[in-house]
Amino acid sequence: MLGVQLAALLDGEVPGVAEALDLVDGFDDALVHGLARLDEEQAGRLAALAGALRDTPLGPAVGEAVEKITAGSIGEQELAALAGARTTLLGAVHDARLARFDAALGRARDTWEEPPASPPVEGPLGAGRSWLQELAITGWRGVDHDLVSAADQAVSALLDEPALRGPAVLLDGLAAELRASCPVATMDRVPARRWADLWARALLLLQPGTSGTRPAGAVSGRLLPLGVDVHEHGTAVQIQVHGVLEPTDGSPTRLVRASVAAAKVDTIVGPAVWRLLDGHPVLLKALAEHRSVDLAEVPVTAGGDLIWQDDRATPGEPADPFATARLRLSDALAPAVPPLERHPVRIAEPVLVEGYTIDGDALTLDGHTLAVDLERLPGCGPLTPELVAASSTCVGLVRWEAGRWTLQPLAVQATVKRKTVEAHGGDWALGPTDPKVAKAEAKAGDAVAVLRERAGRLLRR
Amino acid sequence: MTDWERRSVVRVVPPLRPRKLAKVPFVELAEGRLQGVVSSGSDIARVYVSSIAAGTHTYSCGTNNNRPCGGLSGAPCKHLQALVTEAVLQYGLDRVARYLRVDVGEGEDLLSRLDGAPERAPAAGVFSRFLRHLAYLELPDTTEPIAELQWFPATRAVR
Repeated sequence: MLGVQLAALLDGEVPGVAEALDLVDGFDDALVHGLARLDEEQAGRLAALAGALRDTPLGPAVGEAVEKITAGSIGEQELAALAGARTTLLGAVHDARLARFDAALGRARDTWEEPPASPPVEGPLGAGRSWLQELAITGWRGVDHDLVSAADQAVSALLDEPALRGPAVLLDGLAAELRASCPVATMDRVPARRWADLWARALLLLQPGTSGTRPAGAVSGRLLPLGVDVHEHGTAVQIQVHGVLEPTDGSPTRLVRASVAAAKVDTIVGPAVWRLLDGHPVLLKALAEHRSVDLAEVPVTAGGDLIWQDDRATPGEPADPFATARLRLSDALAPAVPPLERHPVRIAEPVLVEGYTIDGDALTLDGHTLAVDLERLPGCGPLTPELVAASSTCVGLVRWEAGRWTLQPLAVQATVKRKTVEAHGGDWALGPTDPKVAKAEAKAGDAVAVLRERAGRLLRR
Repeated sequence: MTDWERRSVVRVVPPLRPRKLAKVPFVELAEGRLQGVVSSGSDIARVYVSSIAAGTHTYSCGTNNNRPCGGLSGAPCKHLQALVTEAVLQYGLDRVARYLRVDVGEGEDLLSRLDGAPERAPAAGVFSRFLRHLAYLELPDTTEPIAELQWFPATRAVR
């Protein structure tokens, strides 16, 4: 990303975004207090939300839902319509922001093509929907231990169905946050936008036919990793490798992601999480050793997600992620975003930034300032705020967060004690390379092995 | 609404610190108790369920088959001591003390500040929560992307 591109990215507000988010706030505020207890102002803001969508295909359903809910009839169908309305608005915000990014960087993006229909995933969707309904009626402020515990059965049932892992980890993550916040009535403030995001997304994913991943085809070629983004809550971890794919069929190079997610428990943290992913040795080797990977007929979705199959991947030659970013990133075709995933938190665009200065969490390039997200430096890798502060080159993800553009570092080149050092988020994929961290890990013992032993002994009795 | 309330990504659950799990594989602040599972020192197949109630500070320890712990003689047994030690490592002293509603001054031992009496608490519930906890490690991993986890970024380690 050049200074002039950063300037274009930061250049003023996108029209309509503030108004759309104001409507979202109205809904989120209603959910804080509970839909069973709407006052006149809250009812008015829900009506405004319905009004904004009046001329869309969702319009009639949302209008009717708001009328019924205001009158005290809060059914699943009405809630689904409201969740759809809120999701639509945030989808529009996502589109506006991503279009700004693409225009500023000159990034070419594929157009969305609906993959062939596949049969809807069957599964225990109803229990989760009922829980979300109870939450909406009660409001976040009314959540207590009993209401949180009511999620347990729904979560366990969803976890048993691999195709429903998305809604399962989502509900589990939301329930854990509510449990840690109980009784919510005594909290100083409630994370209203966040919890409404999670609530709405879960409710949509628990409608028949919305969950499950559909491949649009298969690809062969050379994958050049750029870096790894790590997601984690108490009972789940996901690594998402961003890379450039050079297809063997001669079609244009494209940006892709490869993801692996594992269930875990909250006491498995830091570098230990890599051990949960050891069923994918080729991917981990590529990360730890900075190698390319040769792919043979690996399924890919229309949204640019490889459905990773380690047995169809072969480790290739060493491939420096900084060189990949420098040489291949600017002409790679970016994937379209699947309609249901359009939300500002989904924006995570790989970029290379060079020749900047950093002061605290602010990066300056040719006089333009971009916030660096120092919170998103995963504990399973070597990136630290100190290394980022000493860096002058960075491969990262541009995100839109908290009303501003931010850069999430995936790899940095820095000068420490007059020596050039490099750190990549996936450097410890095969174990920590920092002797101090390795020693601490060895001393703490293998958390994964200890718990697996306990599980083996106690679960099958 | 404040800017914090209008953010999609904020940390709500405080991070846990890593600790050795061999002696006390499971600790939680839940259901109004500090509760957990402590491995027996003598029998590899036996575990103790130990708990301390918030507020009243009554405590309980027994095997997962509800046999009372022989070490409970008017004072917390070694299993309860291990539970408290590991809970403080995992959550930090402040969070455990706040949950149990006890004032602990600097340099004071949390256990010595508790003045509850032994009171049998059912072990089955805690044990089944432990089994549910372990069951996560039996789930197969997945390579289908989970877009929902974009709301849950991994953050810096607490060391």
